[in-house]
Amino acid sequence: MAKTVLEFERPIIELEQKIEEMRRVIDDLDLHDEIDALEKRVNDLRASVYGNLTRWQKVQLARHPDRPYTLDYIKHMTTDFVELHGDRFHGDDHAIVGGFAKLDGKSVMIIGQQKGRDTKSNLFRNFGMANPEGYRKALRLMGLAAKFNRPVITLIDTPGAYPGLEAEERGQAEAIARNLFEMTRLPVPIIIVIIGEGASGGALGIGVGDRVLMLENTWYNVISPESCSSILWRSWDYKEQAAEALKLTAPDLLAQGIIDRIIPEPLGGAHRNHVEAALLLKTALIEELKPLRAMKPDQLRRNRIKKFGQMGEFNT
Amino acid sequence: MAWFKRSKSNIEGSSTKREVADGAWLKCDHCGEMMHQSQLGAALYTCIHCDASFRVSAKQYIDILLDEGSFKEADRKMTATDPLKFRDSKAYADRLEATVRSTGMFDAMRSGMGKIKDVPVSIAVMDFGFIGGSMGSVVGEKIARAVDRAIKNKCGLIIVSASGGARMMEGAFSLMQMAKTSARLTLLHDAGLPYISIMLDPTTGGVTASFAMLGDFNIAEPKALIGFAGPRVIKQTIGRDLPEGFQRAEFLLEKGFLDLVVPRREMRDTVARLLVHATAA
Repeated sequence: MAKTVLEFERPIIELEQKIEEMRRVIDDLDLHDEIDALEKRVNDLRASVYGNLTRWQKVQLARHPDRPYTLDYIKHMTTDFVELHGDRFHGDDHAIVGGFAKLDGKSVMIIGQQKGRDTKSNLFRNFGMANPEGYRKALRLMGLAAKFNRPVITLIDTPGAYPGLEAEERGQAEAIARNLFEMTRLPVPIIIVIIGEGASGGALGIGVGDRVLMLENTWYNVISPESCSSILWRSWDYKEQAAEALKLTAPDLLAQGIIDRIIPEPLGGAHRNHVEAALLLKTALIEELKPLRAMKPDQLRRNRIKKFGQMGEFNT
Repeated sequence: MAWFKRSKSNIEGSSTKREVADGAWLKCDHCGEMMHQSQLGAALYTCIHCDASFRVSAKQYIDILLDEGSFKEADRKMTATDPLKFRDSKAYADRLEATVRSTGMFDAMRSGMGKIKDVPVSIAVMDFGFIGGSMGSVVGEKIARAVDRAIKNKCGLIIVSASGGARMMEGAFSLMQMAKTSARLTLLHDAGLPYISIMLDPTTGGVTASFAMLGDFNIAEPKALIGFAGPRVIKQTIGRDLPEGFQRAEFLLEKGFLDLVVPRREMRDTVARLLVHATAA
């Protein structure tokens, strides 16, 4: 059961709790008809609420504090995970985790941004905002995947690359740019999955690959709705409008030809059932990896250049 | 009257004069010294006192860099569409139209072929005057084509950046231009051809975090602001003032992210020398 309840989730959660309570006393009273009626109501309510989420509400779901994070997906989707640390230059960035794991019995390199669940762990993870050493660690791990001929899966969930003083000193821009360049050239398959927030260059820094998937209730764009509001409207109050204008949800990005596939989440969102969310993603990853494993390195590289080369709209 | 008494108005006189430019006079943002408009052209739009560079249009920078009359512009009329029907306080379509009218450019970049001291180059130059030199689909496509032209003509590529970053009004399309341009540059790399990245003031955001930082040679003009996050955002994040010279070209050189900081008047010679070193005889 969710610990944090968003405003638009409240009526559903309240009804569900009521049904639970009635079930507990069911032996004493004959409440079957009433429960059935309530269950129908909650189902209708779910369908109408989740079928009509605004873009801003989807952003809120993408940031839901109970959502599964990278390490949750790794735990529920894979076995034999060995986390690997450090960029071999500066340090170990806790905002990006990665290592070898077995997916469906086969070794893969899995890398992703990691958020924390409470103040302490969020400080440790820097709220999922990586420094240059995080991107360089990711690239080092991808190099290992190339060496041992294992596919790479990246899980994106970040409010952005960390905009700090030391991050600039150590070359945040160079670290991200280098990853875009080297991920294009990587000789093994890469699958990208947006599992929560995909904010700007900080997301794209581990976001170049052969297939790009988005979970149902996530967002991916050049800027967060809040920052967009503050720059274009000169106020933080237009985040809803900014979210609408940016067209940042999974269906939006599929329509724009930027992502390849939307992965469904359990009803109500991934935070309502981590195990089921992970299973849905795992099934899709196994499907997507199969044709990619058969492709030669040159073919992968050519296709990536072509894939991203087609993105954009202009008149000549 | 005591000899050391001076009238207040006399002292104020000279300092206020410095602040007020009548249009013919310019004040350097870096050293505060004044210079006359007529001195600008000869100094290639740099400060005659401290080497800091004034912002110039793409057209002016092409004139500074290339052999006279050698530039052949390609895709001049490539224009942005408005794929998202984006609207903030103003519709993006209207903003584009107004900017095209006021600048005489069709987007934030000019590209084509030219020569530097008789050596052919594929060149693409950003223009900060066009919506802050922001990178949308047009800039991305022009860079991709500039890479292709370099490969086809077996020559070097020069990209001159001056940009606030990705163009928000094109949403995820603008973000993907980072991947598109960086991916295309791998082809130039595999062809063994040189890429010279020149960063002007300012070069920030998604432009720095993609093609601008990927040069075989990364060069900047003196005092140019270069970074990923803007100084205002960093200041907000860390809650204290930024050190003097932070994110300036000299700072990036010191931290190891630039090969060279080159004053504008020496840029052409430096680029020509690099092209000779990096191009097979």
